[in-house]
Amino acid sequence: MIKYNSGIRKTDVINRRMFIIGAAKVIIFTGIVARLFSLQINENKKYLTLSDKNRIREWKLPPTRGNIVDYFGNVIAGNLKVYQLHIIPEQVENFNYLLVRLKNLLNLSDIKIARINKLKAELKPWDSIIVSENLSWSQFVKINNYLYDLVGVKPVMTISRNYPFKDVYTHVLGYVSQPNEKEILDNQIIQERFVPGMKIGKLGLEKRLENHLIGTNAIQRYEVNAYGKRINQLEHQKGQQGSKIRLTVDTEIQKACAELLNEKAGSISVMDIYTGDIIAMYSSPSYDPNLFLFGISQDEWQLIRNNPLKPLINKTLSGLYSPGSTIKPIVALSALENNVIDTKFKVKCTGKMELYGQTFHCWKEKGHGWVSLKNAMKQSCDTYFYEVARLLGVDRLNITAEKFGLGKKVLGKYFDIEKKGLFPNTKWKKNNLGRGWVLGETLITGIGQGYIQSTPLQLCMMTAQIANGGYAIKPKIIVDSNPVSYEDAKQSMESGLLFDSNSESLLDKKLFKDKKNIKIIQEAMFSSTNERFGTSYKSRIDDPKYQFAGKTGTAQVKRISKRERELDLELEQIPYKDRDHALYVAYGPYINPRYALSIIVEHGGSGSKAAAPIAKKLFKLIIDRHDLRDQQSNFERITI
Amino acid sequence: MFQHDRLNNEITFFQKIKNLDYILLISVILLSVLSVFVMYSTDGGDILFHTKNHFVKLVVFFPLMIFVALFNIKFWHNFSYLIYLVVILLLVWVSFFGIKSSGSQRWMDVYFFVLQPSELMKIAIIMCLAKYYHRLKIENVNSYTSITIVLSIILIPTIFVVSQPDLGTSILIALSGLIILWLGGVKIKYFIYSFITFLISLPFIISFLKPYQKLRILTFLDPDRDPLGAGYQIIQSKIAIGSGGLDGKGFLKGTQSYLDFLPEKHTDFIFTLFSEEFGFIGSVGLLILYSIIIFRIIRIGSISRSNFARLFCFGYAFAIFIYIVVNLSMVLGLLPIVGSPLPIMSYGGSSMLATMIGFGIVLSAKINHKQMIA
Repeated sequence: MIKYNSGIRKTDVINRRMFIIGAAKVIIFTGIVARLFSLQINENKKYLTLSDKNRIREWKLPPTRGNIVDYFGNVIAGNLKVYQLHIIPEQVENFNYLLVRLKNLLNLSDIKIARINKLKAELKPWDSIIVSENLSWSQFVKINNYLYDLVGVKPVMTISRNYPFKDVYTHVLGYVSQPNEKEILDNQIIQERFVPGMKIGKLGLEKRLENHLIGTNAIQRYEVNAYGKRINQLEHQKGQQGSKIRLTVDTEIQKACAELLNEKAGSISVMDIYTGDIIAMYSSPSYDPNLFLFGISQDEWQLIRNNPLKPLINKTLSGLYSPGSTIKPIVALSALENNVIDTKFKVKCTGKMELYGQTFHCWKEKGHGWVSLKNAMKQSCDTYFYEVARLLGVDRLNITAEKFGLGKKVLGKYFDIEKKGLFPNTKWKKNNLGRGWVLGETLITGIGQGYIQSTPLQLCMMTAQIANGGYAIKPKIIVDSNPVSYEDAKQSMESGLLFDSNSESLLDKKLFKDKKNIKIIQEAMFSSTNERFGTSYKSRIDDPKYQFAGKTGTAQVKRISKRERELDLELEQIPYKDRDHALYVAYGPYINPRYALSIIVEHGGSGSKAAAPIAKKLFKLIIDRHDLRDQQSNFERITI
Repeated sequence: MFQHDRLNNEITFFQKIKNLDYILLISVILLSVLSVFVMYSTDGGDILFHTKNHFVKLVVFFPLMIFVALFNIKFWHNFSYLIYLVVILLLVWVSFFGIKSSGSQRWMDVYFFVLQPSELMKIAIIMCLAKYYHRLKIENVNSYTSITIVLSIILIPTIFVVSQPDLGTSILIALSGLIILWLGGVKIKYFIYSFITFLISLPFIISFLKPYQKLRILTFLDPDRDPLGAGYQIIQSKIAIGSGGLDGKGFLKGTQSYLDFLPEKHTDFIFTLFSEEFGFIGSVGLLILYSIIIFRIIRIGSISRSNFARLFCFGYAFAIFIYIVVNLSMVLGLLPIVGSPLPIMSYGGSSMLATMIGFGIVLSAKINHKQMIA
């Protein structure tokens, strides 16, 4: 009985204790259900997002760059479909066999094969290796023919930058290529949109307008597993092509410039004298920017780099030249404006001028005799301008020259390679060279030699501002959102409407004191080209439709020794490096002028022989295309 | 007493079958079928290695459960100590000759099956202690001798399992043992005192833990401290469960699972997959199914005449409950990660074997609930 009682008592204890546990169990299970509720119901959104973040990954594709078009809408920097060859390592059965096959089919180099093997080791097996960025059509066809045997190879069609006019626009557009680390880090937009294989502007407008041209990435969304492997594609979001940029340039004229300067070093700029539109801007020699798209070969690069004519330098914007006699219109204008001389003022040229025991030679050894302003300009008499410069002084000349744009950047913000040149004055010499100005330096400044340095584009703008009657223009190469039509610009300049405004900046547009003086210079430039004994008389066009006015220049690149002067060598007898630069500035048509140009042929000899004939050939084309250009004025415009 | 014995011996095979607890049986079958489907999902919707093996094990162990149930509860009572000793010997054998895998030595190869004796110990310890308290006079429950003996019975296997090392299983063994002490009537204050002592000595215990175990505790406290390393499992697990929502992503549609974000999805983290695919409703449903099983076991215990059967059933019900709670708390981020499978659902033969044997003994207690044991 005791045992029985004990059994009963034990059962009671067990049951009582079980009850306590049972209660605990209910509480704990309730707790777990509460936790489930909080995770699955309350925080469901949060975890659903996290789960999507886990499984969905985005792949950015390279953005498509915007096109650059010329004034007439011709694409000058566009996009081309290219065929690429990718290998997906995980799909390849026998990698070495595949490489041998590809090597034979595409003539791959051993270095390339080694690079592919290196990439294969670095990348995940499902990441594609780009074997060839730019297959030719025949290679592409070949690959497609053998595709059954090339397991794991994927021919891909993609888009690449293309410059259809090759070297014609290189110095304007620049080119695109793969960015380096610094370029990615420096530009927020590139950083955001960067994907391997993407190209960015390296030079010129391609670089300057990067943020407009770049476009947005297309995005592909894939479901991936925990190891990052793509399982299936969920979505494809199209990217937006970069903005289209319209330039003021005319491809026909640009092409003509390139032909005219073929195999010469030099530059041609053509500008609308009212709107400041740059019609052409060519630096010779140039190079094909398409070479840089897929990485230039060492040989090709050395060929460009070592060319003695220096194709890598943009001579129009960063070539600094003594303007030579092309400065004479400004010297004469400055003297007239400062009432130093008038049209009747005459100087007797004996072929040289003595000053403090130093001899200053005129280009014509025998001298020009008594010359007035018009004759001095026409025959480019140096003695006359020595005397005028002496009377005027360099500081007053400097003020006029800077008004007309010398010593200042012309396009400034668009090209960081642009140089501002130099127009000296006494203060400049004191500050920079620490010595006082010498009168002899004034004389040689008067014929565009000495310290004075200018870019071809500056000379073009200078000429344009003389041609339009002496009004400041703001040169531009991109058609902006609010363009002033040529008629408006011309009318406002001629009617003087501009000056009714109180705006100071508009007042600044007037570069002269007396309009008569500009007219005198224009007439002098006309005679230089269109009258007998004028330096560019041989290059004249008699048809008033094409008739132009200009001024030749011959810039010495070294001091001419007495011996050399006596020898009076022919051009071919002088070493290339020592030959003078040939310059020519002009505008036309003389009646109702529209365009100004500047031509420089490096080491071309005299301006009248080497530079002026180019202008003759060019002006016909420029003026023939004038009407076409006018019809294009209401073309769609892009905001920059 | 003799009469009773004879009476029970007269139960025929068909009566035994008739006396099985069918609610428990159906619940176990339901759980088994569910587990095969979930295993099919972990294989990515395909009948692969895990699904096949899991199914085969169920097919073998389910009849084994019935077979166990056909023995009289008295038989299990009689062999309790022996079974305990045999499992202890297996643990000793494993600690010398066991198969090593991922840093621990827990398994033995029995030719057709890789056995993990520590899983069997989860049942054996309940049987052993149930028998001990069944025989112990209630007056002696709180005597120092008996307390020393029962503590030794718990400690010996626990120490073997800890040294394998396998913290999770050893905690489950110890808890299964302690619950019998509780049910047996050991004074509540002893539990309270030892709990306080445990809390005080916790820092010392932690200092003895292996570095990876310490890391698990740190990770539990702050999973985001190393999201791709130690915290990865728990973060991904919570994402899977949380993203399941009310009704889940649908069968075979758990992205966390089939894109391989879930670690250990066949074994300890199986609930995560289940919860992702079946949501809150499914999870609560699974908990209800488990609750029914636990409730039935407790009910069988409470109708049992013998205290052995009663203690075993109550103890086993608690053990099942503890397995579930530890596993779910772990995957829900409520406890640090310790290896502990979810009964029947998780892939793993030994765990299933032990669970089925446990159910078998419970069913035996049901069939023979009128059986008195001296």
